[in-house]
Amino acid sequence: MNWSIIIESTLEAMVTKNAVVFALAAIGLNIHYGYTGLLNFGQAGFMAAGAYGTGIAITQWGWTIGPAALFGIVLSVLLAFFLGLPTLRLRADYLAIVTIAAAEIIRRIVKSTQYSEVTGGSGGLNGIGRGFYDNNPIDSGLDLGIVSFSERELWFMVVGWGVVVLCMVLTYLLVRSPWGRVLKAIREDEDAVRSLGKNVTWYKMQSLILGGMFGALGGIMLTLEQQSVQPDQFFTPTTFFAFTALILGGAGRVFGPVVGSMLFWGIIQFTDVSLRQAIANDHIPTWLMDGVQAGQVRFIIAGGLLAALMIFRQQGLFGNKREVALDDH
Amino acid sequence: MPAAPRRLLLLLVALTSVLGFSFVGAGAASAQDATEEPGDPEATPEAEEAAEDESIASVVGSLKYDDEEDNEVPVEGVEISATGADGEEVAIDTTAEDGTFLLELPEPGEYTFTVNPDTIPDGISLRSEERGTTTFSLSPGQQRTVLFPLVEGEARERSSGSTKIAQVPQLAFEGFKFGLIIAMSAVGLSLIYGTTGLVNFAHGEVVTFGALLAYLFNVTFGLHLLIAGPIAVLLAGVFGGGFDRGFWRPLRNRGTSLIAMLVVSIGLSLVLRYIFLYQFGGRTRPFDQYAIQTDTIEFLNITMVRKDIWIVVVSIILLVLVALALGGTRIGKATRAVADNRDLAESSGIDVEKVILVVWAVGSGLAAVGGIFLGLTEQVSWQGGFQLLLLMFAGVTLGGLGTAYGALVGSIIVGLAVQLSTLVISSELKNVAALLILAFILLVRPQGILGRKERVG
Repeated sequence: MNWSIIIESTLEAMVTKNAVVFALAAIGLNIHYGYTGLLNFGQAGFMAAGAYGTGIAITQWGWTIGPAALFGIVLSVLLAFFLGLPTLRLRADYLAIVTIAAAEIIRRIVKSTQYSEVTGGSGGLNGIGRGFYDNNPIDSGLDLGIVSFSERELWFMVVGWGVVVLCMVLTYLLVRSPWGRVLKAIREDEDAVRSLGKNVTWYKMQSLILGGMFGALGGIMLTLEQQSVQPDQFFTPTTFFAFTALILGGAGRVFGPVVGSMLFWGIIQFTDVSLRQAIANDHIPTWLMDGVQAGQVRFIIAGGLLAALMIFRQQGLFGNKREVALDDH
Repeated sequence: MPAAPRRLLLLLVALTSVLGFSFVGAGAASAQDATEEPGDPEATPEAEEAAEDESIASVVGSLKYDDEEDNEVPVEGVEISATGADGEEVAIDTTAEDGTFLLELPEPGEYTFTVNPDTIPDGISLRSEERGTTTFSLSPGQQRTVLFPLVEGEARERSSGSTKIAQVPQLAFEGFKFGLIIAMSAVGLSLIYGTTGLVNFAHGEVVTFGALLAYLFNVTFGLHLLIAGPIAVLLAGVFGGGFDRGFWRPLRNRGTSLIAMLVVSIGLSLVLRYIFLYQFGGRTRPFDQYAIQTDTIEFLNITMVRKDIWIVVVSIILLVLVALALGGTRIGKATRAVADNRDLAESSGIDVEKVILVVWAVGSGLAAVGGIFLGLTEQVSWQGGFQLLLLMFAGVTLGGLGTAYGALVGSIIVGLAVQLSTLVISSELKNVAALLILAFILLVRPQGILGRKERVG
């Protein structure tokens, strides 16, 4: 067992690609679930809208990164409209059913051969946004002893965490505004808010759109980081990784989703690398687990973590128990 | 509730150990497959998801004609080829002595199957020219039968109308069969919702679990599917009941909110699904019996094999029994009463917890039947049930969430819609039709066809 590799890759996973992407997706889910009480189980669909919107605009139409990203965000707004329209008047579980289905449908559409001229089919799109790394002002890597980052990684971290901080500030300001107080009131008691003359459905729609835009930003950052996009990155477990990260950090807290995402990927990477090391060093016999199976353990951990948190500690690490104890409308 | 976590743990251990045990045999059986599944150390979730699509689809059939005495005569040496959507020939086979052929396709998708007319022996011809080619789509792991009708002498039949119209009876039959499978799987989902308020996202895994249990007894232990199937259904029912007793009931007693339980069911679904993948592997596998049936029956332009008929008949019998039980027996009436108004039912002396237990057990058993039939129609897969889940939701919502009869009606409509939609859209996207129906019904009649309005607000 090479512990320095395990520690190094765990620390790296907590600050690089996935941590950033899922922090953004979870910030969006926090708006939905943490502040408004909406069950959006299709965050992967919003991420796909952002990622594919950007990717298609850049590779097919030759747009630059800025407008292309904006196009991705516009697509996510449209998606929120289409999902919200039939479901937001209804009880929370209808939104859950429709969003999980919609995300899966989006994945199938972008993966299908029928639209592969635009979306690249199951191979996805490559060579997206070369300008992102071409404009990298950082010219040398960083070596901190136990972890080291290349100049590309550093550039992505600066931009990515910059976007995350901006989203956190925006969330902080919004949830403390009168608008945010209405959202929290909807979470606590929808009927009471309605009786005060607020248009609850429209507030929920705004919440769905805003959170979806954060999700789309996550998808856009993913696209820029890897310069490509594949449909199966947006399968259903993606949503639940973000959801688990949110619950782990604490829903209804500005920092919750960000800390949750870092911890979640730390846990996942730690078990993943440890298991692979153990297999490579024959601490685990191959009849019990092989390399492919080791890669599946992360899903079992994520699902188990989600179920256990919801049963035993709904407020996660930093949440307020009273605030997240959702009752049933 | 100190007992609740312990019981939960025991249940999960029991569940995983059963499955762990189960596929030791399957593992041995699949040892020869190991070379096809290279242990990629950098396997990403995306790669594993993609493995689903590597499961090949295949097409079988046999070429025969009826001679003057109505004896079936197999035709040997006829070339049949499959061409992909891009016009490239991907598979070719020549019929064997008994007239059978098998085309293995590299990936799911739309293919055109053609009989090479030059290889058909003299004195025999296709019943009509245009029936020498046929185009349809195959989903991962699916095996379909294709029929090329031959006659003695020259072609008699003239082309009949547009080919799209001609496909309608076939697609309607397949849609009906698929709808029955969805319905059987979804009855439990709907009744569990009706009696407990829980939207169980892990219900798809109950369906898969049934199919995997049947696979275990059938392939690993070598029992005939007719014995393995009922054992699997009974066991799935027992597990379902045990799951309620050991897991969901303690959660209800703890006062866990319905929304929290819904999220718990999502977590469970993820855990179970990937335990299935861990144990069963990403490939789809057929049962030992009835996997390939080549003698087709043609009836009203519908081509089917014997297992299709049996699936439809058994499904209808089971669903009628469920409907009769709900309408006529004590427990059935009690179930409807609890689904209607739990508090009133309880105060009138109905043992609500017992009703819920029965609903879980029977619902899981039926879901297992659905899973086995799905495994017979396509193949057994670690995520077959999950892929069915979204269609179950569509059917249940369409019919009216929480009602039993609604689940039946809605599911059959969804099954028909999914299959018939392939007339106008690519079959890769056929599930989109079900989602659109779902969105539409939520817009205009959110309570569903048979639901009542006060449930939805």
